Amino acid sequence: MAITFKLNGKSQSVDVSPEMPLLWVLRDTLNLTGTKFGCGMALCGACTVHINGTAIRSCVTPISSVAGKSVTTIEGLSADASHPVQQAWIAEDVPQCGYCQSGQIMSAVALLAKTPKPTDADIDEHMSGNICRCGTYQRIRKAIHRAADSHAAAPKEKAATR
Amino acid sequence: MTAHSSRFNRRSFLAASASAGAALVVGFYLPSRAFADDAAKQEEQPDNPFDAWVRITKDDRVTLILAKSEMGQGVMTALPMILAEELCVDWKHVTVEQAPTNPNVYEHGTGGSSSVPESWLPLRQAGAAARQMLLSAAAKRWNVNSNTCKAANGAVIHGARKKIFTYGELVEEASALPIPDFKKVPLKNSNDFTIIGHDTPRFEARRKVNGKARFGLDARTPGMLFAVVARCPVFGGKPAGFDPAKAQAVPGVRHVLSIDSIGEGAFTAGGIAVVADNSWAAIEGRKALQIKWDEGSAAAESSESLRQQCLDHASKPGKIVRNEGDADASLAAAGAHAIHADYQLPFAAHACMEPMNCTVHIKPDSAEAWVPTQAPQWAREAVAKIAGLKPEAVTVHTTLMGGGFGRRYQADFAAEAAQISKATGGKPIQLLWTREDDLQHCFYRPFSFHRLSGALDANGHLAAWKHFQTSTSIAAIWEKNGAEKPEQSEFGMAAFLPYLSPNYRVEYTLAKSAVPRAWWRSVENSSGGFVVESFVDELAAAAKSDPLEFRLRLLGEDRSVKDAMSPTGDPVSTARLKNVLKLAAEKSAWKEKPAAKGMGLGLACYFSFNSYAAMVVEAGLRNGEIHIARIVAAVDIGRAINPLGVRAQVESAIIYGLTAALKDTITIQQGRVEQSNFHDYQMLRLPEAPPIEVHIVESSEKPTGIGEPALPVLAPALANALFAATGKRARTLPLRAADFM
Repeated sequence: MAITFKLNGKSQSVDVSPEMPLLWVLRDTLNLTGTKFGCGMALCGACTVHINGTAIRSCVTPISSVAGKSVTTIEGLSADASHPVQQAWIAEDVPQCGYCQSGQIMSAVALLAKTPKPTDADIDEHMSGNICRCGTYQRIRKAIHRAADSHAAAPKEKAATR
Repeated sequence: MTAHSSRFNRRSFLAASASAGAALVVGFYLPSRAFADDAAKQEEQPDNPFDAWVRITKDDRVTLILAKSEMGQGVMTALPMILAEELCVDWKHVTVEQAPTNPNVYEHGTGGSSSVPESWLPLRQAGAAARQMLLSAAAKRWNVNSNTCKAANGAVIHGARKKIFTYGELVEEASALPIPDFKKVPLKNSNDFTIIGHDTPRFEARRKVNGKARFGLDARTPGMLFAVVARCPVFGGKPAGFDPAKAQAVPGVRHVLSIDSIGEGAFTAGGIAVVADNSWAAIEGRKALQIKWDEGSAAAESSESLRQQCLDHASKPGKIVRNEGDADASLAAAGAHAIHADYQLPFAAHACMEPMNCTVHIKPDSAEAWVPTQAPQWAREAVAKIAGLKPEAVTVHTTLMGGGFGRRYQADFAAEAAQISKATGGKPIQLLWTREDDLQHCFYRPFSFHRLSGALDANGHLAAWKHFQTSTSIAAIWEKNGAEKPEQSEFGMAAFLPYLSPNYRVEYTLAKSAVPRAWWRSVENSSGGFVVESFVDELAAAAKSDPLEFRLRLLGEDRSVKDAMSPTGDPVSTARLKNVLKLAAEKSAWKEKPAAKGMGLGLACYFSFNSYAAMVVEAGLRNGEIHIARIVAAVDIGRAINPLGVRAQVESAIIYGLTAALKDTITIQQGRVEQSNFHDYQMLRLPEAPPIEVHIVESSEKPTGIGEPALPVLAPALANALFAATGKRARTLPLRAADFM
């Protein structure tokens, strides 16, 4: 059964089982491996992508529910790591192993789109679903504040998927 | 071949010797080139640095080769920094590439916080040798003495006439020149360092923020199929029979087959593999499998039975590990003034963010594997053995990996993937471990139980220190002499205390368990640090002494304390330990004790992997929960290669240690792990991460590692802080708020 949706700004059609989670469609069917598998139960946040601008956990999102919607993955944030959040991550030397960072960044982008100047409490609430085993939390917090302080802090979702 | 600076040397942890049957070398800290023949060969002939370490193209692009595994600890930046410094190239213009797996040329094994200390001299020599050859090539062309030529920023310059050749113009000739004697090649003066010692952003950061970094699970090769394995939840159990029909009926499932368990060398559980067109179909197929398990004898084991076994062992004398003076007599003389305390640490899982996985393609005369591994040489051996090939016929690509922490030193996931590829007639197979697999089939940090006894003399000094430990020893599984010497993997500094005591006794008894265990970040030091630094604090309290002053007094005058169990390792320098302790105290304003209401300050110091760490934690109870206000860490690791990376590793060890100290624990019931995912094996999350400050001692001593050394001091500093805040002492990890109410 063919399911059609928008992926990083382009129309995409896949012929897979409707229950197949979006995570595996992205990784195994479409070979977009930037979105990661960590738990399969929406507990760790490594699989975070955006659907119509909202951060969701793709490991528990059946592909059928994505039909007609707009999906953004880490690969779609920018062509060249130029998104302000990516730039802030680099400036603060956030990643260690890097495996959780796609999910962390996607969560942070969604937070800043809603709340351009988040408080520490906002950051606590919105980032608590993303586990980092290497312990980069302190630098993530700093990078989010840095991205918020930079001029183009919260690009509209439309711009990100163009 | 440099002398091994780690205190874990070739002698220790060697489980198998080389033989024609390609027995696997098991030693964790053992250099991959430990076989006597190869070692002798290396002493004679250094590898051509232009083959092994440095590639320069005619248009001056410089590629530096990394032979260690990057798992987040920063070697992909720190090690090339050393090469770049001696080679005299501009760091901004270098590229780093992973070395091909070739144990004849490279020391691949990554662990024991040993990459920087082990690589320091060899990489300096290789970079300096390459520089020397480039200088010689230029001098030859100019017909001048190479002493009059200077290397800088990727070029060679001569004299006042400002003759210049870029490295790209010289490399072809240079690489064909005789290789200088590495022992004699002049190294750069450390006063001239422009790269080493400077904050350097992570080399591969960009692809870790744009989704382009390729981890093990991101490996793709044409025709690749995806597999998961159903393993008996009881350790040591085997399938007694299975019905594949329902699994085969799941769309996308291609094969259902059984794989045998492998013993020494890979220690796999064996089980039933489901192979499919995509990961999800494999996972769904496995859910539909009907398997009868032969659980085996381990089904009788539980955390409670293990604890009972430990208590039983503790009631009898153990094997003597150290004995000076007569601790028993001194303790008896102290009578009611002697302090006794029992400590217990549970099994701990590594819980790498990227679960275990491996991609293997066995072909008729060769094999290829993509492995997120800390030991590619070992993965290569495991795949070769299963494929029936010589190791040289197996190409192992070491990928980036989502955390290692010691778990990825194992060859089990590589062996399983190889078995499945072979059983499917040579299909390329990506084996995925789900989070449940990863938590339930780990090689855990050992379960340990400790009985400590101590007494003070009239002057407030230690009169006696006695430490009995029983644990599910790592050496008992991994060492050929593990049955005779299970204690060799279980103590660390706890068996050669720098705290002065005329009477000092350490004893050990093995606790039998079917639970697999191996090296978990900081290994025996995670338990040793907690136990020693908690008990010293208890003695300080009994002496009504400030914990800082008490430790400084007990450390005595500046001296070196050798580890009798590892004589070639570095001794503890009490001067450096005192120094790092005082630095943490100074930076946290320990003397003033500015703790917020309900908070207390606790401290700890420890020596592990030849590095020194101290920590002050401010913590207490708030709203019925354990709350940590701040953590101040001080580390002495000799010369820091990349201070920015060092601070990241200390932050990392602290968060890792906090998870182990505060969150859920691995428990065993009916021979199986009760936890399965992050809902019942919880991880520390961002809102719970306290502010962390890291201070690095300025030093020109030889570099030592930092991946692990900050971890052992975290749990005791926290427990000591909670004692200071509440007056209650907790001796079991994880700590619970109820312990302090």
